[in-house]
Amino acid sequence: MEETILTVNHLKKEYEGKPILNDLDLEVKKGEVVVIIGPSGCGKSTLLRCMNGLEQIQSGSVKLREDTIEAGAGNLVRIRQKIGMVFQNYELFPHLSVLNNILLAPTKVQKRDKKDVKEEALKLLDRVGLRDKADSYPRQLSGGQKQRVAIVRALCMNPEILLFDEVTAALDPEMVREVLDVMLELAKQKRTMVIVTHEMQFAQAVADRVLFIDQGKILEEGTPEEIFKHPKKERTKQFLNIFQFKKVEERKIS
Amino acid sequence: MNWEYIQKYLPMYEKAALLTLKLGVIGILCAILIGLCCAVILYYRVPVFKRIVAVYIELSRNTPLLVQLFFIYYGLPKIGIATSAEVCGIAGLAFLGGSYMAESFRSGFEAIDKIQEESAASLGMNSHQIMRYVILPQAVSVSVPGFLANIIFLLKETSVFSAISLMDLMFTAKDLIGLYYKTTESLVLLVFFYLIILLPVSLLGMWVERRVRYAGFGA
Amino acid sequence: MPDLGLDVLGKGSNLLRLLGGLGIALRISLIAVVISIPLGLLLGTLMTGKNVVLKFFLKLYLEFIRIMPQLVLLFLVFFGSTRVFGWQPTGELSAIIVFTLWGAAEMSDLVRGALISIPVHQYESSQALGLTKGQTYCYVIIPQTVRRLIPLSINLITRMIKTTSLILMIGVVEMIKVAQQIIEANRTASPNAAFGVYLVVFVLYFLACWPISLLAKYLERKWG
Repeated sequence: MEETILTVNHLKKEYEGKPILNDLDLEVKKGEVVVIIGPSGCGKSTLLRCMNGLEQIQSGSVKLREDTIEAGAGNLVRIRQKIGMVFQNYELFPHLSVLNNILLAPTKVQKRDKKDVKEEALKLLDRVGLRDKADSYPRQLSGGQKQRVAIVRALCMNPEILLFDEVTAALDPEMVREVLDVMLELAKQKRTMVIVTHEMQFAQAVADRVLFIDQGKILEEGTPEEIFKHPKKERTKQFLNIFQFKKVEERKIS
Repeated sequence: MNWEYIQKYLPMYEKAALLTLKLGVIGILCAILIGLCCAVILYYRVPVFKRIVAVYIELSRNTPLLVQLFFIYYGLPKIGIATSAEVCGIAGLAFLGGSYMAESFRSGFEAIDKIQEESAASLGMNSHQIMRYVILPQAVSVSVPGFLANIIFLLKETSVFSAISLMDLMFTAKDLIGLYYKTTESLVLLVFFYLIILLPVSLLGMWVERRVRYAGFGA
Repeated sequence: MPDLGLDVLGKGSNLLRLLGGLGIALRISLIAVVISIPLGLLLGTLMTGKNVVLKFFLKLYLEFIRIMPQLVLLFLVFFGSTRVFGWQPTGELSAIIVFTLWGAAEMSDLVRGALISIPVHQYESSQALGLTKGQTYCYVIIPQTVRRLIPLSINLITRMIKTTSLILMIGVVEMIKVAQQIIEANRTASPNAAFGVYLVVFVLYFLACWPISLLAKYLERKWG
C-alpha cells in the first residue's frame, strides 16, 4: 500500500452563502493519477484551488502529508513549493523569457544554484520539445507551447504533487494533444497528479481513479473502466451522455 | 528679429533652462517615489494609510500647482516652515506629481490579473517576492506611457515657478520683455528652449506608446 | 493657538471679493470649454479622416499647443499679439483665446483616441448586419464614443479651472490676485494673513474642482 500524500477531510467551502463544496473527502496516494470530472460549476476547480490554499474554506481540512494547507497561513509558502499547479490560461509571466519564467521560483524561492536549475530546465524543455524556445517570450508562443512551458515551470520546483486545472480548456483542438501527451508522459513516470478536465478520452487513458463531482460532492468514483463504461448513478450517465453524439436519424426516433 | 539681442541673452536663457531642468528632474524623481509608495499602499489596501493616500490624491489633483506653491512659499513660513524658493518648487512639483504618478502606477497594478499573483503564489513565492519579481515589473511597464505623459505634464508645470521668483525660463522671458521691449526675440527664445526640453520626452512618449500598443514584452 | 491669519477674511467683504475672483476664473473656463468642445469634436474627427495634408498640419498645430506650457501660450498671445497683429488683447481675452485653442487641441486628441479605440469588428459586424455607414455611426459607433468621451471631457473642465490660476501672470485680477491684494492691505494688522488666505484659496479651488472630478469618476465607472 502506497503512502497517502494529500488528504481532504470534510471540506466545506461557501461563496456568498452558496455552498460550493459540501463535506468532501478525498485521499491521493503517491504515484496516483486522480482525474476529476463533472459539470461546470460543480466545484471541481474550487477543490483544486483549495488544495493549493488559494481559497478560504469554511470547515474541514486539506493536508499535504502532515501539513495543513490553509489560505493565509504562515506555512503556505513552504508547502506550495511541494505542490505544482498549472492553470487554464497558462499564467506565464509576460515580462520574462521562457527560461526565466522557469528559473524564477527555483532560484528566488528555493535559492537553488542557477546553473544547476538552468541545466534541469533545459533538459525538461527538451523533453517537451521546446528547447529552442528557451529565450522566447510568452507572447511569441502558441497556447499549447505556453501550457507546456507552464508545466515545466511547475515541474522544475520538484513538487510532490501536480495539480492541473482545465489546462486544455483554452486551447485550440490541434494543440490539446501536445499538452495531453506531456501529461501522459508524466503519468508514466509515476508522478502524483490531480487533474480537472473535460477531455473524457484523455481521462480514461491517464487516470488511475476517476471522481465524478456534482453539486460540491463526490457522487461516484472508481477506475476509468467503472466510471466510463459502467456508471452506476443516473446523474453520471446523464453527464457522460453530453459527450456522445447520436446520428440525426436516431435522435428523431428517440 | 534682432540676432544680436538673441546672442546676447542666449546664456541667460541657457541658465534658466538648466534651472527649470534641475528642479523639474528632482521634483519628478520625488514624485515618482511618492507615487510608487501611494500605489503600493492602495494595492495592498493598507488600513489608515490608504485613506490618507486617497485624501492626498484628491487634494493634489484638484488644486492648481500655482496655488500649492503660493501656500508652500508664502503661507507655510507664517507657521514656521520656511525654506528656499528652490526647495519650495521641488516640494510643490513633488506634491502635485506624486498623485499623478500614483494614478498611473495604480492603473498599471490594476491591469495585472489576480491570477498572475496566484500562479506566482502556487510556485511558493511569498508576497514580497510576488511583488518584486512578478507584479512590479509588469505594472511598471504597463504604466510607462502614462508615466511619460506625466513627466511632460510636470515639466510643463514648472513654468509657474517664476511666480515664486525662481529665475526660470518664464521669469527670464518676462524680465527681458519688461526691460527691453524685445518681445518677439524673448518669446522666440522662450518657445525654442521649451521645445528643446519637451520635444525629446514627447517623441519618446509617442514611440513608447506605439511599441506598447502593437507589441508588448520581448519585442 | 497661533495666529493663522484667517480673521482677515472676516473683515469687510474680503471673502466675497475672493469668491468674485474665483467667479472670474470659472467664467473664463466655462466660455473656453463651451467653444472648445465642439471645435475639438470637429478637429478630432478630421484627425481620423483620410486627408493626409490636412492631417499633417492639424497634427503640427495640435502637438505644438499640447507640448507648450499653457503659461507660454498665454505669454505668446498676450505679449505677442501686439507685435504680430498690432493689437493688444486684454488679459481676460488672451486667456479665453489660449484656453479655447488649448482645450480644442486636448479635446481633439480625446476624440481621436475614443474613435480609434472602437475595435474594427464593431464596424464590420454592423456592416454584416446590413447597416449603412450612417446608421453604423449613428447607432453603434457614436454612442460608444460618447460614453468614453463624456468623463474625459468633464475632466478637461477641471484641468481648465486649475489652469486659470495662471492668468494671474498676465495681470488678470482673479482669485489669487485678490488674495495678494488682501494680504498686502492687511500686512501690519495681520502679518500671518498669507497662511490663512492662501489656505482658503487652496480650499476654494479644491471645492470648485473636486465635485466635477467626482462626477467624471462616477460616469467613468458607470459607463466603463
